[in-house]
Amino acid sequence: MTAVQEQAASEIGRDRRRKEDMRLITGRTRWTDNITLPGMLHLAMVRSPFAHATITSIDTSEAKDATNVVAVLTGADLGEAQGACINAWAITEDQVTPPHLPMPTDRVAFAGEIVAVVVARSAAEARDAAELVDVEYDDLPAALDLKEAAEDTVLAHPDLGTNKSAFWKFDSAEAGTGGDVDAAIEKARGDGIVIEREYRQQRLIPAFMEPRSVVVDPTGEQITVWSATQIPHILRFALAATTGVPESKIRVIAPDVGGGFGGKLQQTPEEMIAFAVGRRLGKPVKYTETRSESLLSAHHGRDQWQKLTLCAEKDGTVTGLKVDLLADLGAYVSLVGGGVPVLGAFMFNAIYKFPAYQFNCQTVLTNKTWTDAYRGAGRPEATFAIERLMDELAAELGEDPLEVRRRNWITHEEFPFTTVAGLEYDSGNYELATDRAMEMFGYDELRAEQQRRRDAGDPVQLGIGVSTFTEMCGLAPSRVLGQLNYGAGGWEHASVRMLATGKVEVVTGASAHGQGHETAFSQIVADRLGVPFEDVEVLHGDTQSSHKGLDTYGSRSLVVGGEALVRATDKVVEKAKQLAAHLLEASAEDLEFAGGRFGVKGTDAGITMPELASAMFAAHDYPEGMEPSLDAEATYDPINFNYPHGTHLCAVEVDTETGQVQLRKYACCDDIGTIINPLIVAGQVHGGLVQGIAQALWEEAVYDESGTLVSGSFTDYLLPTAADTISFDVDHTTTPSLTNTLGTKGVGEAGTIASTPAVVNAVVDAVRHLGIDDITMPCTPERVWKAIQGVAAGGTTEGASMPHFDGDEAGTHSTEGAGA
Amino acid sequence: MTRINLIVDGAKVADDVEPRMLLVQYLRERLGKTGTVIGCDTSNCGACTVHLDGTSVKSCNVLAVQADGAEVTTIEGLSDGENLHPVQEAFRECHGLQCGFCTPGMVMQSVALLEENPSPSEEEIRLGLEGNLCRCTGYHNIVKAVQTAAGASNGARAHRADVGASTAEVTA
Amino acid sequence: MIPAAFDYLAPTSVDEALAALAEHGDDAKVLAGGQSLLPVLRLRLNAPEVVVDLGRIESLRGVRDDGDALVIGAMTKHADVLTDPLVAEHAALLARATHHLADAQVRHRGTFGGALAHADPAGDVGAPALALGAEFTIAGSGGTRSVAADDFFVDLFETAIADGELLTEIRIPKYTGWGAHYEKFVRVAHQWPIVAVAAAVRVEGGTIAEARVGLTNMGSTPLRARAVEAALQGQPATDEAVRAAAAHAAEGANPPSDLNGDADYRNHLATVLTRRAVLAAAGA
Repeated sequence: MTAVQEQAASEIGRDRRRKEDMRLITGRTRWTDNITLPGMLHLAMVRSPFAHATITSIDTSEAKDATNVVAVLTGADLGEAQGACINAWAITEDQVTPPHLPMPTDRVAFAGEIVAVVVARSAAEARDAAELVDVEYDDLPAALDLKEAAEDTVLAHPDLGTNKSAFWKFDSAEAGTGGDVDAAIEKARGDGIVIEREYRQQRLIPAFMEPRSVVVDPTGEQITVWSATQIPHILRFALAATTGVPESKIRVIAPDVGGGFGGKLQQTPEEMIAFAVGRRLGKPVKYTETRSESLLSAHHGRDQWQKLTLCAEKDGTVTGLKVDLLADLGAYVSLVGGGVPVLGAFMFNAIYKFPAYQFNCQTVLTNKTWTDAYRGAGRPEATFAIERLMDELAAELGEDPLEVRRRNWITHEEFPFTTVAGLEYDSGNYELATDRAMEMFGYDELRAEQQRRRDAGDPVQLGIGVSTFTEMCGLAPSRVLGQLNYGAGGWEHASVRMLATGKVEVVTGASAHGQGHETAFSQIVADRLGVPFEDVEVLHGDTQSSHKGLDTYGSRSLVVGGEALVRATDKVVEKAKQLAAHLLEASAEDLEFAGGRFGVKGTDAGITMPELASAMFAAHDYPEGMEPSLDAEATYDPINFNYPHGTHLCAVEVDTETGQVQLRKYACCDDIGTIINPLIVAGQVHGGLVQGIAQALWEEAVYDESGTLVSGSFTDYLLPTAADTISFDVDHTTTPSLTNTLGTKGVGEAGTIASTPAVVNAVVDAVRHLGIDDITMPCTPERVWKAIQGVAAGGTTEGASMPHFDGDEAGTHSTEGAGA
Repeated sequence: MTRINLIVDGAKVADDVEPRMLLVQYLRERLGKTGTVIGCDTSNCGACTVHLDGTSVKSCNVLAVQADGAEVTTIEGLSDGENLHPVQEAFRECHGLQCGFCTPGMVMQSVALLEENPSPSEEEIRLGLEGNLCRCTGYHNIVKAVQTAAGASNGARAHRADVGASTAEVTA
Repeated sequence: MIPAAFDYLAPTSVDEALAALAEHGDDAKVLAGGQSLLPVLRLRLNAPEVVVDLGRIESLRGVRDDGDALVIGAMTKHADVLTDPLVAEHAALLARATHHLADAQVRHRGTFGGALAHADPAGDVGAPALALGAEFTIAGSGGTRSVAADDFFVDLFETAIADGELLTEIRIPKYTGWGAHYEKFVRVAHQWPIVAVAAAVRVEGGTIAEARVGLTNMGSTPLRARAVEAALQGQPATDEAVRAAAAHAAEGANPPSDLNGDADYRNHLATVLTRRAVLAAAGA
């Protein structure tokens, strides 16, 4: 199964306007928070203000007395009914995993953790009464700084005896995929080049635009859960597995979901509490978080320290790479948890032919918000590290950064290529994408301008940043996941129902939240069945209609879910062919299928797919031995990841007087294989780029020395606006993937993975002639300016939030940052 | 409770509301106008943008009682029956939305922007949308959508904006 | 997201409003445009028992010509200040700063007087009001009084408006023919300024005859950069001369340190932004 389908595609490749848009642009939407049910009660959470504390007492009496309050419940009240939040990926057998109750009963481990829930007739009354719940805490020392926590000086969970959760290692010499990296480094110290750096991946917040919301309706035979989640199927499993409610009694629906970016790839305490409260009271309940609660308690992302050693020969040929990571888990090991850095473990070698590689990762528990997947999950960190290092190597050599990459990358003749991390890259052409990106960018002219500005001592300097990325996506081959000790598989399911009227219902286990599955999947089905695009309806996100699925993350929907769909439609065509042959009184071998019609070769006789669907509905005349149905389903388990790649070029202007960084130009050429819908693809790239750029320049979750999230609102957690960004030049080269029928590769995370190092490389490039070789992310104006002033622009963001909403207090106290 | 009377999307409505009720909550919870959404609690995101007496406001930053006697237009009242407003049409045409959560506010602000400045430059569009956050699109196609809508309502021949990506030679 | 419960009063005259404030004292909070107050209430950082909404008092709105000054009603919306021809002609600095204030939706709703009374040192209209020597008309039970700009801003979120009083009008002397510029420094557009500089200059034959410079977010109140103003007077509108004068920008300032920058950085920014603002105002 490696042949790429050749077909005269009419829908695939077409820039169809999205089916989803009509309802979204008119406000005819079904967000979870829109749902109102008779007798519905509203929840408000009481959250810990302390990062680490013993709960000494919870007095709910005053809150219970308030008008229209129905119940006030603690973890002790709910007992085992509250279930547990699961970690699906113990990355090592001896991983230290603290138990994670949705509402802990004795001790809180991060600021924002829920200690009680108020149930009232209105959301306002629930919020009012939440302020009446009197919780007494004994403050405990908090493990906040990642490096200090790794030393076990203060314990995030005293009972565990350590903060070190798991140590995960890959060594190419041990794996037989390459040489001994320590030997390579030793040799390079003698006669080559050794680049040693330490980079900070700051803590980020996914910050999907729709705050999380959950509605639980226990009034039917099944308990129905609506949730703003990426993972209705996994949530259903987790609800069942940890509460004892049979999975068959739970229906989970992800209605319209307003973005996720990994941030809704979680089984949350809020969902578990709503489920427990709904069951206990026998009434529908709703909980919708505020943005402040979302920033505080929905999982965060990134948060690593990366110690990196790259060794090369004098001519710039890389001989080895060693990676030592510290990864901050926060207070609990979340659903994917320590698996996030492991997803990056195979990507530090990127597009290059490194002969030796070693990856070491220590995951660490702290008393901060738990971390998990955020767009790219592990791979942006890896790409950042290697692409920053390749620029540093180029600087050491005094070479153009693209030249040193060319010397080390896999050439297009060398595919398929087995990397030093043990992956087989099936296809790609780095030369072609790079040439195209350089052309779009106007690389030589911008380099000339850069030189002119340097020569003139212009206060505004120009920097050019390069990122030639690849990623592994399409999560994931189930056997590989098994080898990595992941708790589930990576297959996807699809079914196709041929309705009597000729319309087609497609059910996918992928669960979209903005990606445009309804449109792209319709295009695939329309092409393969030869039915009009408009006649295809894509159903998803409801475990009752979509009974089987593994949801949407890791750029998997199209490459895994789309392939399942292809296989299901092919089965439909096969069944239809039998029926057509029967009705046309022809031999199946004499039929040809094109444009949705089976024709008898050499005659005018034929029958269309809708006619066949109608005939099979009536079932008056169909072949002996055949079931009266054209419907089909397929479950597809990918045989490999796939490996989109691309060359991203970024130009920034750095105002050396203020340190302000302004985007000047951004051009990228990505190879994502066959493109189903170029409009949707471009949108994914644009959005991905801005999220990656935002890591480079703007966003950071900062905690103070007591473990309070300082950047706890959109006033201080800085998402960029339209006014802060630019229009992008996006193009594609195409080497089809060889691991799926359509030749597609994932695109959901590409922009985010590629852009962060491109931007930081550009910022550093703008000021490198001033003696600067690194600026910590986000590259704030203050950091850039201080770097230029020769002040160490270290890895800490210090300071308080801006005081605008404090009412009466200035935020002038200096505080320690998240990674101090 | 305070009695309020207002016109929302062309219809006269009246209710007794708590003074603390925000306009956005009134729209969503009392009138069922759930097209208008809440994205933050600090008035940064603009998802709740509606028109109040003809100008764009963040409906989380207005009390329902303050809107007494006013005329409110939400995303649900923007189109004329089956006919989309040109800005809605442009957002669809230019793929100016993905998850769609910021879209009601983004569209309403874009309409207000174009009413105040029918032929904005790219920079004016970007600045005009500074009070609206989007996490999906990177703003690229939103800006194109506003440009397209401006072009369309300026009588210029409607053209497909350059929102997709061309595909370079296929090489395997 | 839901404020604590309060009673709501919507007086239609200043006298009614003053009576309401007199009756409810500390329990009452004045609501102007609400663009700063409502977030505070939603986050439950403040929970007044009574909210007195000035939105129904027609007399507090509008810009009028009063001879050698403009008089702006406290409840005049930012958007109306921004598009007012009198403001453009005689107080261009205020228009420039208002253009940068928050975002379009907030400008459609927020009011000039409300922003001044809120007295956020990072607010965009305080520094120009101060630099232009505005006079603040404050009404109380005993009648009205006028407060000079230098005396209006007292401390962080604190002004000369006493309990039970209302800001009704802001009188701004005319600066007809002056050049003006507001230089605002942010990391992302929807932020309050990290530092901003409001500069108005009168240039005669290439020489700066007079200059007025205000600083945003360089202390607990908006500040006037008097040392800069003095140093600019009589200087040519050249980069070199303005640079030398702008070096005094942070004298007497006491800027905050927060996530966006420490005090040293802000002090530095003030000098750079002052130079840029003055040069732009001078048309140089």
